Amino acid sequence: MIRLPYYPGCAVQTTARNYSISGVAIAEKLGIELVELPKWNCCGVFPFLANDDIMRHLAPIRNLIHVQEMNEKGIVQNENRVVTFCSMCYHTLKEANLFLKDPEKKEKTDIFFEREKEFVGGVKEGYKGGVEALDFLEVLKDIVGYDKIAEEVKKPLKGLKVAPYYGCLVLRPREIGIDDPENPTILENILEALGAEVIDNPNRIQCCGSYHTVDRRDIVAELTYDNLIYPVRSGAEVIVTCCPLCTFNLDFRQKDAGKLHRDLQEIPVMYYTQLMAIALGLDKQFYGVDLGLHYVDPKPLLEAKNLY
Amino acid sequence: MNLAEKVRSISGEDVLSCYQCGLCSGSCPVRFAMDLSPTQVVRLVQVGNIEKIFESNTFWICSTCFSCYARCPRKINITKIMEALRQIRLRRDQDKIALSDIPKEELKILPPIALVSNFRKTTA
Repeated sequence: MIRLPYYPGCAVQTTARNYSISGVAIAEKLGIELVELPKWNCCGVFPFLANDDIMRHLAPIRNLIHVQEMNEKGIVQNENRVVTFCSMCYHTLKEANLFLKDPEKKEKTDIFFEREKEFVGGVKEGYKGGVEALDFLEVLKDIVGYDKIAEEVKKPLKGLKVAPYYGCLVLRPREIGIDDPENPTILENILEALGAEVIDNPNRIQCCGSYHTVDRRDIVAELTYDNLIYPVRSGAEVIVTCCPLCTFNLDFRQKDAGKLHRDLQEIPVMYYTQLMAIALGLDKQFYGVDLGLHYVDPKPLLEAKNLY
Repeated sequence: MNLAEKVRSISGEDVLSCYQCGLCSGSCPVRFAMDLSPTQVVRLVQVGNIEKIFESNTFWICSTCFSCYARCPRKINITKIMEALRQIRLRRDQDKIALSDIPKEELKILPPIALVSNFRKTTA
């Protein structure tokens, strides 16, 4: 069993509980114990891109310090990797190290944590560097390996037509992405290892509309249509995602997209970890389909395919 | 510091190296909802006409997907330029959205990451 520090983030504990419930369970099945950080805070959610504001970069750095502390307390030994499921968490945690490459910014950040300790408490020590953020997809690709996944399959997803969708933040920018930003293959390789039939989605790396879902649902509805219509026309039965915000937009905003474009048929959206939980033969409770978190219920499809 | 210098300083991007190929606009998934294309915005930063950009909705519509930056042959991070424009507006004016604007029904279903990321981009 490999023990890896695990940063959950807010999404997988609320609207994306189905992601973490299935994800933590399949990790264990594949020999990875995800050890939650004893202390963690918001990841900062979206990469902040202004050069002149240190404040909005502190949240992810603080989380990297908490990984450092896990090592100091002996919860993990010499383990500088931290795993997360959510693409937004992954992105901000990874970006924090790039941000700190600038010595001036690193110095200012150190001064902040020093002063904070002096006046209000906070982290005991500044960030020493070297904590590496891993998306769980990277764990599957590089630590577990596709062959091992294929070996562990108990219930192949034979005949299930699945279209992958990546979104933006695990792929771009290039210096942060976990795969080729134009032609990623991780999800395809995992789905093939599970025995599923992969359906091409030409828009699998396109934006889902992201935070516009709060105040510009019209934009998100157009993108949802654009992101779903090609795989739907190609016969896809389920869309597979890796980001909780993409998932919300692709799933819940189908209602808006369907009003704009009558030809869009409803299609369920699931996390790759949920399909893995099914294929690896885990208990139903780890599928995460009974928690009322899906807009389009995937159960009828799973039942029709004898997977539930 | 004038506005164009401010955009360059906050973004840290060398806008003058843009040769207006248009790949950013062709790659932008939300171009359909923008007044000015990303290419036009970069041009206006080059010539220093920031007020004209501020009359447009382009930098608010940008959803920070990094497609433009991933494909720019001059490796200009246009996403950072959009952030700089948003920041200058937000620091000068008031927030673009308030929690009370969002319908209660929506608040029940929206993921926390949607709300926080929206507020990070539309409030100071």
